[in-house]
Amino acid sequence: MTEMVILFLEFFKTGLFAIGGGLATLPFLYDMADKYDWFTRDMIADMIAVSESTPGPMGINMATYTGFQNMGVLGSIIATVGLVTPSIIIIILVSKFLEKFRDSKYVERTFSTLRPTVTGLIGAAGFSVLAEALFHTEALKKGNMDWADFFQPKECILFVVFFILMNKFDKHPIFYIVLGAVIGIVFRF
Amino acid sequence: MRELADLFLVFCRIGGFTFGGGYAMLPMIQREVVEQKKWATEDEVMDYFAIGQCTPGVIAVNTATFIGYKRKGIIGSIVATAGVVFPSLVIVIIIAAFLNNFSQLPVVQHAFGAIRAVVGVLICNAVIRMWKKTVLDKIGAVLAIGAFLVSVAFDVSPIVIVVAGGGLGILLPVLKGVKKP
Repeated sequence: MTEMVILFLEFFKTGLFAIGGGLATLPFLYDMADKYDWFTRDMIADMIAVSESTPGPMGINMATYTGFQNMGVLGSIIATVGLVTPSIIIIILVSKFLEKFRDSKYVERTFSTLRPTVTGLIGAAGFSVLAEALFHTEALKKGNMDWADFFQPKECILFVVFFILMNKFDKHPIFYIVLGAVIGIVFRF
Repeated sequence: MRELADLFLVFCRIGGFTFGGGYAMLPMIQREVVEQKKWATEDEVMDYFAIGQCTPGVIAVNTATFIGYKRKGIIGSIVATAGVVFPSLVIVIIIAAFLNNFSQLPVVQHAFGAIRAVVGVLICNAVIRMWKKTVLDKIGAVLAIGAFLVSVAFDVSPIVIVVAGGGLGILLPVLKGVKKP
C-alpha cells in the first residue's frame, strides 16, 4: 500500500514539474531509477523506444510502462493517474483565467528562462541515455578500466550512421527504431 | 451523457492514432475536434496547445482537459483525459508484459542493444531542435548549459532545477532594476 502511494506521489511530482512534453519526464525517471529499485537506468532507454513506437502521448506511455514494471496493471494505472492529476487541476484553473494567464508578464518571464533550462535538463537525460548505450559505464565506476574496453564500437558506429541518416531523411522515429532492431539482431549487438 | 461518451471516444481515437505525442497530435485534434465536432475553433485549439506546452504535464492531456472542461466542466475534463490515455494504457501494458516475458531471449537483447543507440540519436536530435527553439540569447545559453552541467555532475532533483530556472525569469528584471539606479 505505501509503495502505491509513493508511486502515485512520484508521478504526481513528475506531472507537476515536467514542463514541455514527453521528454521532459526523462530527468524525473532517472531520478526515480536512482532513488528506488523500480527499474534500472538501462531500462529507461527501452521505455523510450517503446513509447516512441506506440501511439499516444509519450509521457503517458512512460508512466504506464514504469508503473507496470513496478506493480503490474494496477501500478500502470496508478502512475498514469498520478501523472495526469496535476495537469487536470492546473488546466481547470488556467481555463478560468485564460485571458489573464496568456497576457501575464510574470508567466512570460518565467517561461523565457524556464524553456532553456528544460532544454538543458533534457540534454542531461539524453547524455545519460548515450552514456549507457555507447560506453561501458560500469567499468568506469568500478575503476578497473581499460580504455580499449570503454567504447562499445558497434553501438558507436550505429550512432554516427543513424545520426547522419536521420538528419538527411525525414522518416518517422518508428522506422529507425525498427531498422535499429533488425540491425541489432543481424549483427548481434 | 451522450456528449460525455462522445468526448471519451473522440479523445480515445486521438490518443490511439497519433505516434509521438505533442505536435503529432495537432492535425488529428484539428480534424476531429474543430472540423467534425466543432467543439472549439481553430484559434482556441492553438491557444490550448500553446498553453498546454508551457503548463506542467503532458501536452496532449492538457489539450484534452481544456476541451473537455469547455464542453462539460470538470467531469468533461476528466472524461476527455481518460479517453486520451486509455489506448496508451492498454497497448503499453501488452507490450510491457510481452517484453518482460521475452527480455531474456538473445534476439530481444540484441535488438534492444541497438535500439538504445537509436534512442540516443532521437534524443540528441530532439535536444538540438529544442536548443534552436528555446535558447534565444546569452542568458538562455547560460541557463541551458548550467542546467545540463548541474544535472549531470550533481545529484540534484530536477524539481530544484526547474523551479530555479523559472524563478530566475521573475528575479532577473528585478535584479537589473536594482543595478540601474
